[in-house]
Amino acid sequence: MTSAISIAREVASGATSAEAQLEKSLEAIAARNDELNVFLYLDEEGARAQARAVDEKVRAGEPVGPLAGVPIALKDNLCQRGVPTTCSSRILEGWRPPYSATVVERVLAAGAVAVGKTNLDEFAMGSSTETSAFGPTRNPLDPSRVPGGSSGGSAAAVAAQMTTISLGSDTGGSIRQPAALCGLVGMKPTYGLVSRYGLIAFSSSLDQIGPFAANVADAALLLEVIAGHDPKDSTSLPEPSPSLLAHVNDGVAGKRVGVVRELIEGADDEVVAAVNAAVAVLRDAGAEIVELSIPETRLGLSAYYLLAPAEASSNLARFDGVRYGLRVDAEDVTAMNEATRTLGFGAEVKRRIMLGTYALSAGYYDAYYGQALKVRTQMIHAFREAYQKVDFLIGATTPSVAFKFGEKSDNPMAMYLSDVFTIPTNLAGEAAVSVPFGHGASGLPIGVQLLGPGRSEAMLFAGARVLEVAEGR
Amino acid sequence: MSAELTRDDVAKVARLARLTLSDAELDLFTEQLRGILDHAEDIAALNLEGVEATAHPFGLTNVVRADEVRQSLSRDEVLAAAPDAREGRFAVPRILGEAP
Repeated sequence: MTSAISIAREVASGATSAEAQLEKSLEAIAARNDELNVFLYLDEEGARAQARAVDEKVRAGEPVGPLAGVPIALKDNLCQRGVPTTCSSRILEGWRPPYSATVVERVLAAGAVAVGKTNLDEFAMGSSTETSAFGPTRNPLDPSRVPGGSSGGSAAAVAAQMTTISLGSDTGGSIRQPAALCGLVGMKPTYGLVSRYGLIAFSSSLDQIGPFAANVADAALLLEVIAGHDPKDSTSLPEPSPSLLAHVNDGVAGKRVGVVRELIEGADDEVVAAVNAAVAVLRDAGAEIVELSIPETRLGLSAYYLLAPAEASSNLARFDGVRYGLRVDAEDVTAMNEATRTLGFGAEVKRRIMLGTYALSAGYYDAYYGQALKVRTQMIHAFREAYQKVDFLIGATTPSVAFKFGEKSDNPMAMYLSDVFTIPTNLAGEAAVSVPFGHGASGLPIGVQLLGPGRSEAMLFAGARVLEVAEGR
Repeated sequence: MSAELTRDDVAKVARLARLTLSDAELDLFTEQLRGILDHAEDIAALNLEGVEATAHPFGLTNVVRADEVRQSLSRDEVLAAAPDAREGRFAVPRILGEAP
């Protein structure tokens, strides 16, 4: 598959055109979208206009951006002006946002061509896309299995070569887990590195937007394009976008790498073997390996499933049938709110709203929500302590390769456990990347996770690149 | 603690969250929420006396922009996305009852 970097270079030089790249993308979508259910909406007309504009600039000799003519897919919780945005929920069906997310404006300004909106678990609540109101997405590598979630559509788009790159969001692993299950590079950047203006909020103290790509350099380039301060997001870090692409080949010589017992224990044997093989590769590349234990990470799952639903119960209060989306008529306003939400939300969203409402309710606030906030403090301190000893950490991204449909969908706790290794990074507000390394007995890819402190994206990409090179990519 | 979560608790929470649940949903959610809260007992049981709470990873402060007029979203465009709008406003069913 041609990389985003070479497409942009060839579009800029005139060796290919943005319109030709878009045609290839649309053909790949036409060939498999019915089977895989990747895109909820295709914006052919808009994409054609964007591609034409890029090609006209090239012909006029004007400068084009670093993503010139690169087809990109957008997770359907990112607002794009005039383009239907649903969060895979009936409650927003048919809504067309009157504004665009900052990340959407930035990728378009960089010359990317936004082909359409991809499927996700409803309101990003899930790990398989099975909670989408519009049906699950199938894993392009094995359609009997899930692509992961919640950003499963964005992962599948790149894995099926429908687009070269895509954007997702990661609240507890929603980029890294599908990246691992679809054989892609996916990064959860440092909290605040990427503006969330125009991302429909799920859990505001955890949500981050990040890139999917087939290789490390493309992921680094895409993150470089979307990162950097945005005055429209009060949680946005003050500094401009970091230099990432220039550092992907920096290697790991002299770096101290911590192998975290708790981020490997409980994973399938084949996943453990892949992590151990990755550790050996990093050692051979000059890294110093340190065995570590961070017991606090064991509490991450419980803390997350109190904090994220609590924040969600508050964020999703805005869906009341008044300003946008679905309304179910009733005799008075309260009955209308209730009828709208009852019909508009699916079971997983209702479950989390209720869990969050309960955790915040009088009498239980201290025991659940309050305790979870304190566990979060402990988690942050534990990671900080680890980063006194090592530069970055390594573990598994997921306990297993892609699982089959229905395997976990009847048991919320089983599904939640698929995020056990990714959640701690979100709670700590730090950065982590999943990179494909090795395959399971089924032939499906395994993801290895590299975790670092805030603003360590360049170092993590460099580490991921070492693993990629070792596999001959 | 969670062993105490009852069907009535779930019904109450559903009312607070403006959700109507069928009898079957009440049974299912009671069981499932109990399972999740049981898992959370590992942290509910911890002694975290004196540990500070973190609501936000980087301890942010409020950001206020300069008080100057700027272009905002078009009112008509925003109202066009509403289920019901009249006379430049969002319209909703009655809120107050008839006068006694």
